[in-house]
Amino acid sequence: MSRELPAAAASPLAHQFDDLPQQREADEMGMWIFLCTEIMFFGGLFLAYTIYRTQDEAAFAAASHELDLFWGTVNTAVLMTSSLTMALAGHAAEASRRKQTAFLLLATLVLGSVFIGIKGQEYYHKYLHGLMPLWGLPFEWQGTSRGHAELFFDLYFLMTGVHALHMLIGLGILVVLIVNASRGGLLGEFSAPIHITGLYWHFVDIVWVFLFPLLYLIGAH
Amino acid sequence: MPHKPSQVRVYGVVYVALLLLLALTVEAARHDLGHWNFVVAALIAAVKALLIALYFMHVRDSTSLIKLVVAAGLLWLCILFSLSLADYWTRAWL
Repeated sequence: MSRELPAAAASPLAHQFDDLPQQREADEMGMWIFLCTEIMFFGGLFLAYTIYRTQDEAAFAAASHELDLFWGTVNTAVLMTSSLTMALAGHAAEASRRKQTAFLLLATLVLGSVFIGIKGQEYYHKYLHGLMPLWGLPFEWQGTSRGHAELFFDLYFLMTGVHALHMLIGLGILVVLIVNASRGGLLGEFSAPIHITGLYWHFVDIVWVFLFPLLYLIGAH
Repeated sequence: MPHKPSQVRVYGVVYVALLLLLALTVEAARHDLGHWNFVVAALIAAVKALLIALYFMHVRDSTSLIKLVVAAGLLWLCILFSLSLADYWTRAWL
């Protein structure tokens, strides 16, 4: 009996599961259930956007025109690249390549931070131009349909802000993963945390895939 | 016998496809297509999301149980949108 304990401590398989595939499926399903709640969470915001946009499409297009399409496009590319490095990190971890795993996770962390940096710079510009109708700040809108233009910017800050919060949480998790991976953990059969974090990271990427056209592109022409 | 491409290669192809779709959606948005602008942008976003979910998130190779959970999430999203918009779009006096 005493021989079983150290073996159990070193095993990647938790005792309640029959085998690794079953455990892997349970791990993934747990994250997907959480992501379903996230779909509904962001879904409510997308629904609010849809309702207010259909009330005054011209106002939303004019307000969207004020966003910086160049930096929005760059940020989309940055986020997609971070999804690629995250996916590759999972692959490297499964193949038990320690240095490669740590490097790819670090690359994901850096790219995610670049995204947040660009977002912050965009926020700052909106603040300077009086287009940040938060916390009683003045909303200096020159065009018509002031009400719906303000609603657009409310939704812009709410949706990108909540998205950025998810990114920050993801960055925090990445730091923990990088520390563990560089110490030689999370490799091979122990790589589940990297796959699960990957699911979360890619989901946040998907949210941005919809935010980008709805916020940046509807007023581009 | 069909040769299964390596995982890294699949990731690479999906990544390039995502960047091409990004370029396409930005280019399409620069032209005035009337109501089609929104349709095109939404369609491209849906394709991008599908690529990420199927390949980066491995839904394509997942078990039926995982696929069911994903489908359930989307079903609830459809219920949220269809019932809410049925109200807002048909009862203008509200």
